[in-house]
Amino acid sequence: MKVLVPVKRVIDYNVKVRVKPDGSGVDLANVKMSMNPFDEIAVEEAIRLKEAGKADEVVVVSIGVKQAQETLRTALAMGADRAILVVAADDVHQDIEPLAVAKILKGVVEEEKPGLVLAGKQAIDNDMNATGQMLAALLGWPQATFASKIEIDDGTALVTREVDGGLQTIRVKLPAVVTVDLRLNEPRYASLPNIMKAKKKPLEEKTPADYGVDVTPRLEVLATEEPPARQAGQIVGSVDELVSKLKEAGVI
Amino acid sequence: MDFALSEEQELIVATVRQFVEREIYPHEAEVERLGRVPPELAAEIRAKVIEMGFWACNFPAEVGGAGLSHLDFTLVERELGRGSMALTHFFGRPQNILMACEGEQRERYLFPAVRGEKMDALAMTEPGAGSDIRSMATTAVRQGGDWVINGTKHFISGADTADFFIVFVATGVDDTPKGPKKRITCFLVDRGTPGFTVREGYRSVSHRGYHNCILEFDDCRLPDSQILGEVDGGFAVMNEWLYATRLTVAAFCVGRARRVFDHALSWAAERRQFGQPIGRFQGVGFQIADMITEIDAADWLTLSAAWRLDRGLPANREIASAKLYASEMLARVTDATVQIHGGMGLMDDLPIERFWRDARVERIWDGTSEIQRHIISRELLRPLGA
Repeated sequence: MKVLVPVKRVIDYNVKVRVKPDGSGVDLANVKMSMNPFDEIAVEEAIRLKEAGKADEVVVVSIGVKQAQETLRTALAMGADRAILVVAADDVHQDIEPLAVAKILKGVVEEEKPGLVLAGKQAIDNDMNATGQMLAALLGWPQATFASKIEIDDGTALVTREVDGGLQTIRVKLPAVVTVDLRLNEPRYASLPNIMKAKKKPLEEKTPADYGVDVTPRLEVLATEEPPARQAGQIVGSVDELVSKLKEAGVI
Repeated sequence: MDFALSEEQELIVATVRQFVEREIYPHEAEVERLGRVPPELAAEIRAKVIEMGFWACNFPAEVGGAGLSHLDFTLVERELGRGSMALTHFFGRPQNILMACEGEQRERYLFPAVRGEKMDALAMTEPGAGSDIRSMATTAVRQGGDWVINGTKHFISGADTADFFIVFVATGVDDTPKGPKKRITCFLVDRGTPGFTVREGYRSVSHRGYHNCILEFDDCRLPDSQILGEVDGGFAVMNEWLYATRLTVAAFCVGRARRVFDHALSWAAERRQFGQPIGRFQGVGFQIADMITEIDAADWLTLSAAWRLDRGLPANREIASAKLYASEMLARVTDATVQIHGGMGLMDDLPIERFWRDARVERIWDGTSEIQRHIISRELLRPLGA
C-alpha cells in the first residue's frame, strides 16, 4: 500500500507571530518556517506503517511556494521515499485556500492511487481544519479525523478519534483519508544517514495547472489583529480580599 | 564565491537546532540548579543521538562515523553551542586523536567510542603546565618492560563520565641549543587502572554541570600497547589531530552568541521605558547593531577557516583568528545583553547571567586569547625574520 502525506510549510511554532502593519496578515518575511507539526506527526505515522510492513511507499506532497521543497526534504530526511512539490504561489504571504488544496490533492491521489491519505488535522497558521474533510468529500472516500491511534488491517483502518468529551473508535474502509491529532505519536528527528540520502530521493515539481485547478482566492481577509494584551494581575492577601475584589469586578 | 549552504547542510543545521531546542533547552535550568547532569538524562540524550546517527559524526565513514567535512561538523558544533555544554557533552563527539589508534587499540578504544559505548577524555593540562604545555611534570619511566606513570593532571573536562583517558606525559628530555626540551608521549588509560585515580575538580563559574576533574597517577603501570602513536611522538599525534579543537570553540561561541542575541533583540523591542521600546534609544539600538555585525563576522571567519581545512589549505592562522575573535565577540555580546536587560540580566530567573558566566572560559581554554595572538603574529612575522 502507498501512503500519501500532504505537508504544509508554516511559520515555526516557536516564532512570535507579528501582524503586518497594513493588517493584511501575519509577517512571514525573514521568519523561520517549518513543517506544520500535525503534518510531521502524519509523516511519522506513515513511516511507522512502512516499518511495520503495512505500507510499502511513503509519498509526501506540498502545495505552496517553491521554498516548500525544504519542508519536503525534511520529510525525506525523516524517511519518506518520494516527494511532489506543487508550486502554486510566488509570494510567501499568499495562502492557498483549503478547497484549492483539496482539489489539487484529489488530482495527486488520482495519479498516485494511494491506499491511504494521512494528513495533519489542521495547519497551525490559519487553523482551518478543512482540507482533509474536503479531500475525502471530493474523492467520495471515507474519512476519520483527529486520530490518536491508527491500526491498519485487512483493507480497513481502525481509528481512535479524539472527540469532545472522550475517544471514539471507528472502522473505515480503505482507501480513506485520515487526519491526525497531537497524541498519535512523537515524530522522530531526521537521522544523519537519511539526511545524506534525502537529496538523492526524487522530488517532482508540478503546477496547479497540471491538475486543472484555479488557486485564485475566494476568501477576502478584512483585518488581522493582535490578540488583546493580557491585563496585569493582582496578588491578594486573603480569601476575604479575593471575594471583595471579585465583587468589585462584578463577577460574583 | 558561493555563501549558500547545501541542502544537506541546511538539514543538518535544522535537525541539530531542533534537537537542542527540544531535548536540551528544557533541562538546562535543572542542570544549572543541580550543578550536574542526572545520569538517566545523560543516558537518554546519548541514546537519542546514537539513534539519529549523529554520534561521532566527526569521524570518517570507514571507521563508522558519518564522514562529515570540517565545514559540516563546524555547523553541528555551532548549533550545539546554543545549548548547555553539560548536556550537549552527551551529543558525543569523541576526540579525533583516536584515529591514531592502531591494531587492537581500534577494537578497544576507537570503535567503541565511535559506536557510543565508551566515552573519552583528553588530559594535557597540569597545575604547573597550562599554556606552556611542554613543561608538564607528569612522567612515564621505563621499568621492566612497562611504563610507570607519576604526576597530576587538572582541568580535565568530561573526566567524570569518561571510560578511558588520552593522557600526555613526559618521557624524557632533550638538550637543545635553546635549553632542555621535554619529549612527550601519549597514553590510553582505562578508568580503574591500578595507580590511577579520578578526583572531583574545582567548581567553575562557567558551564556548571560540565565538570573538570583532577587525575592522579601514583606508580601507574602501563604496557607499551597503551601508547597512542609513537614513543616520544606525543606532539606529532597532537599536531596531526588536535589542531581543530580551537575551531569547535569558535563555532560554539557563534552559536551561543546567536541565542543570546535573540534575547537581547526581543528585550530591546519589548521592554518599554520613558514611553517607548528601549531599542529605540540609540544607546541600545546601536549596541544591537554592533552585536549582530560582530556575530556575523565571527560566523564567516569560523566557517571560512573550516572551509580552508576541507580544501587542504593552510589554516592554522585562520583558526587562531576565528577562536580569538569569536570568543572575544561572545564576551562583548553577553556583556551587552546583561546591560540591555539591566538588573534582570543578573538574576537567575533568566538565562542571561549564565550565558555571561559561561562565556568567560572561552577566552581561556583551548589556547588563551594571548596564545592565539601569539600564533597569529608569529605566523606573519617569522617569515620576515622578526
